[in-house]
Amino acid sequence: MTPNTTGERVDDALATTGEHPLSTTAERKAVVDAPGQAPDKDWVIVTRGLKREYDMGGEIVRALRGVDIAIRRNEYVAIMGPSGSGKSTLMNLIGCLDTPNEGEYWLNGTLVSQMSDDALARVRNKEIGFVFQTFNLLPRATALHNVELPLVYAGVSADERKRRAKDALARVQLTDRMDHRPNELSGGQRQRVAIARALVNNPSILLADEPTGNLDSQTSEEIMKVFEGLAVQGQTVIMVTHEADIAAHARRVVVLRDGLIASDDRRAAFTARMGL
Amino acid sequence: MKFFEAVRLALSQIRVQKLKSFFTLLGVVIGVMFLIAVVSIVEGMSRYVEEDFAAKIIGKNTFSFRRRPDVNVGNVSEETWREYSRRPRIYEPDVAVARSALPPGTVSAVENMTFAYANSQYGRPRQVQVIATEPDYFKIKSYNLTSGRLFSPQEAQLGTPVVIIGTEVASHFFKGLDPVGREIRVGGAPYTIIGLLEKQGNVFGFSLDRMVIGPYKSTLSRVTNPRGDIDALVVQAPTRELLDDAMESVREVMRGFRRLPPARPDNFALETSDAALSFFDELKGKLILFGTALPAIGLVVGAMVIMNIMLVAVAERTREIGIRKALGAKRRDILSQFLVESATLSVFGAAIGIGLGIGLAKVVAAVSPLPASVAPWSIALALLVGAGVGILAGMYPASRAARLDPIAALRQE
Repeated sequence: MTPNTTGERVDDALATTGEHPLSTTAERKAVVDAPGQAPDKDWVIVTRGLKREYDMGGEIVRALRGVDIAIRRNEYVAIMGPSGSGKSTLMNLIGCLDTPNEGEYWLNGTLVSQMSDDALARVRNKEIGFVFQTFNLLPRATALHNVELPLVYAGVSADERKRRAKDALARVQLTDRMDHRPNELSGGQRQRVAIARALVNNPSILLADEPTGNLDSQTSEEIMKVFEGLAVQGQTVIMVTHEADIAAHARRVVVLRDGLIASDDRRAAFTARMGL
Repeated sequence: MKFFEAVRLALSQIRVQKLKSFFTLLGVVIGVMFLIAVVSIVEGMSRYVEEDFAAKIIGKNTFSFRRRPDVNVGNVSEETWREYSRRPRIYEPDVAVARSALPPGTVSAVENMTFAYANSQYGRPRQVQVIATEPDYFKIKSYNLTSGRLFSPQEAQLGTPVVIIGTEVASHFFKGLDPVGREIRVGGAPYTIIGLLEKQGNVFGFSLDRMVIGPYKSTLSRVTNPRGDIDALVVQAPTRELLDDAMESVREVMRGFRRLPPARPDNFALETSDAALSFFDELKGKLILFGTALPAIGLVVGAMVIMNIMLVAVAERTREIGIRKALGAKRRDILSQFLVESATLSVFGAAIGIGLGIGLAKVVAAVSPLPASVAPWSIALALLVGAGVGILAGMYPASRAARLDPIAALRQE
């Protein structure tokens, strides 16, 4: 199988089904093959030739070797790959936690690949909602306070913060647990708090890194239902995972291998190939 | 609002880890405690000097015309002493000339003073402060009587052997008796007690209640000034301006009377409380400087400990920093969070130190003759110092936290 950066395997005939239309291969190819040009506002994420290398004690590790990816608003995409495939590096770049050595990254029509640390912090705050494998809640803070945190850094007033945090907790059915601390919540509840926190700033993308990695299969299903619900409501969701059955929840699956995109399929094609 | 959150976080940290916080803040607590105590004691002394010493020993809006300064503060060189002793003594003609120059409204009295033994038939001989003076002296010094009377102009004129005594003289020589009307012997000669001064208290351990005051014209002057000279003419003016005028007039007529050419300095002294006060101000500055140098070492140690603890806190909370950064905290946000936290810790320590320092000052005041007065500015200063120490100590740990790479920080277990 040769790497195919524009995902030609996607069955374009199916592109119009589902709650929100997926981008077609041709559309993606068009937007990726225009280096230096700001993509249409409809494209939340466009990367062009993204490269990232690490210097590990003199040895250069090429984690990403030129990744072109285009994700349209309202898409629900899983990024899959074995460990060492570069999916974590890609997630860090997409999440604006890191900058590429080479290539362009356009987030919501803005070139973010060359931004300073503080500018990236602002972008993370406004555009990205993180959901982590280990939840990453502040242990001493209540659920409500944890959800408020991104708004604190956005400079939202205390009253407004509280109101919006409560709304976000209501979206994940945790209104009755908002005064509890993380250690008083179950794993699934903790992850739902994390999802509420990711949503509270109305981000352009919800970026989940192995969101079910620390959960049992029943709770995993529960969390995946939350993501499904959000995707149906129109939230752009990007989920990084190494589990094929979790990736199969997304409508589109991008598989990475050795720092390059190996495949970019619709769910049906993916599940068929994986035999799920 | 982020500020208050950081403050609340720091306070909850203190609450959760009481013992650790106590040791963390020990340096700052002790430093601030001694800072407050030293400043309070020095301030108390200076209040004391200004209000009690200056007012009681020298008198308000008062100057004295004398051969040489009575209150010699600091080091007086041998040369100066020699110059002092070459000066002519003051006799009645000098006083008369000086008095002639006083503007209306001023009050004056000669003052001859020494220490001599007194005795009565009820008490053992004891040294007392003997003052031979004129009736207006009581007005100038604001000396009031609890019983008896002052000496009359006639008694002053005739030099009648009558005296007014202080409370300690009364209690020593006439224990359990009413001294008024009884006899006291000073320098061998008998005097009738006609009045009792109200309690004056003491200045720097020097009692103002061991006085025996009699008329200048009486034989008491032979005890104080056997040569027949006069120690001083004390002048009080109603206002500061009139006091300056009076001093200048006296200087002028005395220079004329003593035929001093313009190039020669005065061969007499016009002494006000200013000299003593200015010397004390200088002394106060030095006391505060040295008195705070030691607590400052405590503060430096305190700062080191806080810095250490903050470095540990940053290491322990690396993941939290990563989370905050992922959620959009800028470097400045992380920096200020840790700075506010270490400043809050330190200010908390300073607050405890202030409380203990005030207590210490009170204890010192209670068990020693040193007075203590807590200056509001010293409390404000201590809080500022506390905040400053916290911010300085927090600078390095906070900047390390702010520079953390979010990815590495999030990976930390």
